[in-house]
Amino acid sequence: MNVQGRPTRPETAAAQPRETFTGNRGLDMEEALIFEIGRFDATGVDIDEPAPFQSKLGPHARQSALRLPGLAEPEAIRHYVRLSRNNYSIDAGIYPLGSCTMKHNPRLNEKMARLPGFADVHPLQPVSTAQGALEIVEALSNALLIMTGMDAVAMSPKAGAHGELCGMMAIKAAIEARGEGETRRVVLVPDSAHGTNPATAALIGYSVRSIPAGEDGIVSVEAVRAALAPDVAAIMLTNPNTCGLFEREIVGIADAVHEAGAYFYCDGANFNAIVGKTRPGDLGVDAMHINLHKTFSTPHGGGGPGAGPVVMSSRLAPYAPVPFVKREGGALRLVEHTQGRESFGRMCAFHGQMGMFVRALSFILSHGADGLRQASEDAVLSANYVRASLNEVMSAPFGDRPCMHEVLFDDRWLKDTGLTTLDFAKAMIDEGYHPMTVYFPLIVHGAMLIEPTESESKASLDLFIMTLRDLATAAKAEKRERFQSAPVHAPRRRLDETRAARQPVLSWTRSQPA
Amino acid sequence: MRYLPLDASEREAMLTRIGVQDIEALFADIPADKRIEDLLDMPLGKSEMAVERAMTAIAGRSVAAGSVPFFLGAGAYRRHIPATVDHLIQRSEFLTSYTPYQPEIAQGTLQVLFEFQTQVAALTGMEVANASMYDGSTACGEAMLMAHRLTRRNGAVISGGLHPQYADVCATLAHMAGDRIARLAPDLKASEGIAAAIDAETSCVIVQSPDFFGNPRDLTPIAEAAHAHGALLIAVFTDPVALAAVRSPGEMSADIAVGEGQGLGNALNFGGPYVGLFATRAKNVRQMPGRLAGETVDAEGRRSFVLTLSTREQHIRREKATSNICTNSGLCALAFSIHLSLLGAVGLERLAKVNHANAVELADRLSAIPSVEVINTHFFNEFVMRTPRPAAELTEALAGRGVIGGLPVSRLLPGAGLDDCIIVASTETNTDDDRAAYARALADWLR
Repeated sequence: MNVQGRPTRPETAAAQPRETFTGNRGLDMEEALIFEIGRFDATGVDIDEPAPFQSKLGPHARQSALRLPGLAEPEAIRHYVRLSRNNYSIDAGIYPLGSCTMKHNPRLNEKMARLPGFADVHPLQPVSTAQGALEIVEALSNALLIMTGMDAVAMSPKAGAHGELCGMMAIKAAIEARGEGETRRVVLVPDSAHGTNPATAALIGYSVRSIPAGEDGIVSVEAVRAALAPDVAAIMLTNPNTCGLFEREIVGIADAVHEAGAYFYCDGANFNAIVGKTRPGDLGVDAMHINLHKTFSTPHGGGGPGAGPVVMSSRLAPYAPVPFVKREGGALRLVEHTQGRESFGRMCAFHGQMGMFVRALSFILSHGADGLRQASEDAVLSANYVRASLNEVMSAPFGDRPCMHEVLFDDRWLKDTGLTTLDFAKAMIDEGYHPMTVYFPLIVHGAMLIEPTESESKASLDLFIMTLRDLATAAKAEKRERFQSAPVHAPRRRLDETRAARQPVLSWTRSQPA
Repeated sequence: MRYLPLDASEREAMLTRIGVQDIEALFADIPADKRIEDLLDMPLGKSEMAVERAMTAIAGRSVAAGSVPFFLGAGAYRRHIPATVDHLIQRSEFLTSYTPYQPEIAQGTLQVLFEFQTQVAALTGMEVANASMYDGSTACGEAMLMAHRLTRRNGAVISGGLHPQYADVCATLAHMAGDRIARLAPDLKASEGIAAAIDAETSCVIVQSPDFFGNPRDLTPIAEAAHAHGALLIAVFTDPVALAAVRSPGEMSADIAVGEGQGLGNALNFGGPYVGLFATRAKNVRQMPGRLAGETVDAEGRRSFVLTLSTREQHIRREKATSNICTNSGLCALAFSIHLSLLGAVGLERLAKVNHANAVELADRLSAIPSVEVINTHFFNEFVMRTPRPAAELTEALAGRGVIGGLPVSRLLPGAGLDDCIIVASTETNTDDDRAAYARALADWLR
């Protein structure tokens, strides 16, 4: 006890927050930049000077001084710990970002990824000394093929968008091999798609033909047939789609696409809803990336690293990029060169996101066939529970029907309140929640896309639902102040994003005012 | 299942609230004949202990670099990483947060990215850097595409000293996009004539320094030749520590500097995840790929950070975006940034000096063995050694003797006539005993 018999009493505290000398507000601390904390002539790492030696740098030795601050270890730890406290995280609360899949990150997976036999292995070690690493690649590949019912998998793509690029390159290679490279130059993309889909198609020289989603939020066979033509190379379709709906006509779409001589690329960002329930290979998919950081819970890390292996049908398998792993006799070997193969080339140096493979495999082994299926079911159950509990206070764009792992609302219910989706999202921050995905998908006005995942307890979901209902009631009662000033209980109030874009300041310079 | 909080009675209650009989009703949109009941061939879930046992057994079937004298680089470098780095990146708030789309509750990540960008700009001698790319090789490919946009041309000249897998990534992109590429022959001694390969359609010249074979290169004349033709110089590096020893891309008039950042803060990880560094001149920023953190103020006038210039990016511009990239390599960038903020310029320069000293010592020791030749006149921490027998056999034989001795050039450049060459690297982690063991094993094998 350090209060010496004088416990604090709430009523003696001032009602209004006071300005403080430091700018800190108790545990909510301001933190300067490393360039303002560290000294430019100091270091926090003890390194012995080498014995005198004859330099071999010749005329190439650096001439100008490097200017980087060094922090003593306690300074560094304090700096980063203070910064970390200004971040929301899945470990601290529900993170219902639709399409992003913020589920629990098991710490076992972190521990496994740090085993020296995985973390401390060089990508170019003699293959005879890296058999364990290749075994991980093989085991994860096999698991992905079982779950998807596909024929081959390219493991090297570094993230979801990189996987899209990989799949589309395989498609382009297959089309060129058929001698149709000059004629098939169009990719069909629904207007509900992730922005990465059209960007990927454009990157390899394809033009994009948009297809509209129907009134019910899904793409119809008719809409696809209407857009199909001899110039179409592929369709890129997300399933379950970005509205949180299973594309009911997917088999018919796949048939129509194949009849027209085109390929079916499936954006697998939402694969987590259907693992153990259906297999993309049975639905007619030719290629699909799997975001290991979504479905298999490798940590998002504040924006990466991700991992985006691509499963492929037998029609595309010959064109898959190098490297890949092959078992010969008892040993595993790496195929690293395209010579003598139809492979379209290489996506990146080395062999892909090994550290993420270990985490994903550890997640898969922990869950097993039963746990993976249960996880899909719980994710879908939780999303529908949120949907059923909020339906009457918010508005669903496609009517009262079940969703998959995420539930989509629009902003019609905010009409006449003078409030926007953004206001609603910012008010959630004051309640201690990370907002849902907002303004995506683009086809729904003021979209709010909520993905609770399988990681939330019922109590957590119930409190979240009650909070959103309370906010909705306040919005409809036109208590605008609670929304338009929000957030007030966060490390920062709303930011001037226009200024950031108009006068970009992208690095620290000495002349800047502190 | 230990990761799933719901129990059977709660699931029942939730189904009731939803108003359906059973969970299958929620999957009714999946065509009935396409539903599966089970993942055949996949085992059931395992306890934490059982998974740990299985994974540890697999890990035991690789040789960990730290368990042997280790001299392999070629784009990935084994470094001693202060314990602070791995502790801090495992903070929940860094590890389990998403891309900072809600800046009011993501200032930690955003300030880290702003600091990271400033560090990368300083290290490369450039004006602006982005918030990271997947790795060095994909950063290199993106730099080529950016040069095409800036110059409105579509031809790239690729130095024979560029890491072969980086060159393969560029070649794949170029082939797929229908762009031109001129790839020069492998260049052991940095003597290639790049200027002659530049023409009016060339958008960029891509040169690595220190190059794949360890040679530091003077990029200034190459920059001049490129600029004279209206083309850009893309300077590539594969070890960020080298930039503390050799002249920076900025000093040598590069227009874009890209490289691998793994060598600071990040483990070898059998090739990933790593962190791509990407920097350029301020005037080019709007054609840059990837995320950017910028400074601004909040409603109370407090300094704050936010993702900015996102009108370049795919989620806004879709098919007109500068790149399809969405994810960066946030946590690896954090590890890089923490390691570098501990080191500071003083520590980084000393670290570079130790790397260089160790490599010089190693080169002296190995070249003293009869019939062993070190090719490089100049090098930082990596050089090419030539022996009378095939290098691929050498590295296997060395591995059999408990030494990881380097990369046979033929593994990445088969058929280039360099089968007797091995690329040897040394970092601060090597001891005198390691070098003695290498020399002993090599002499023994050549005997």
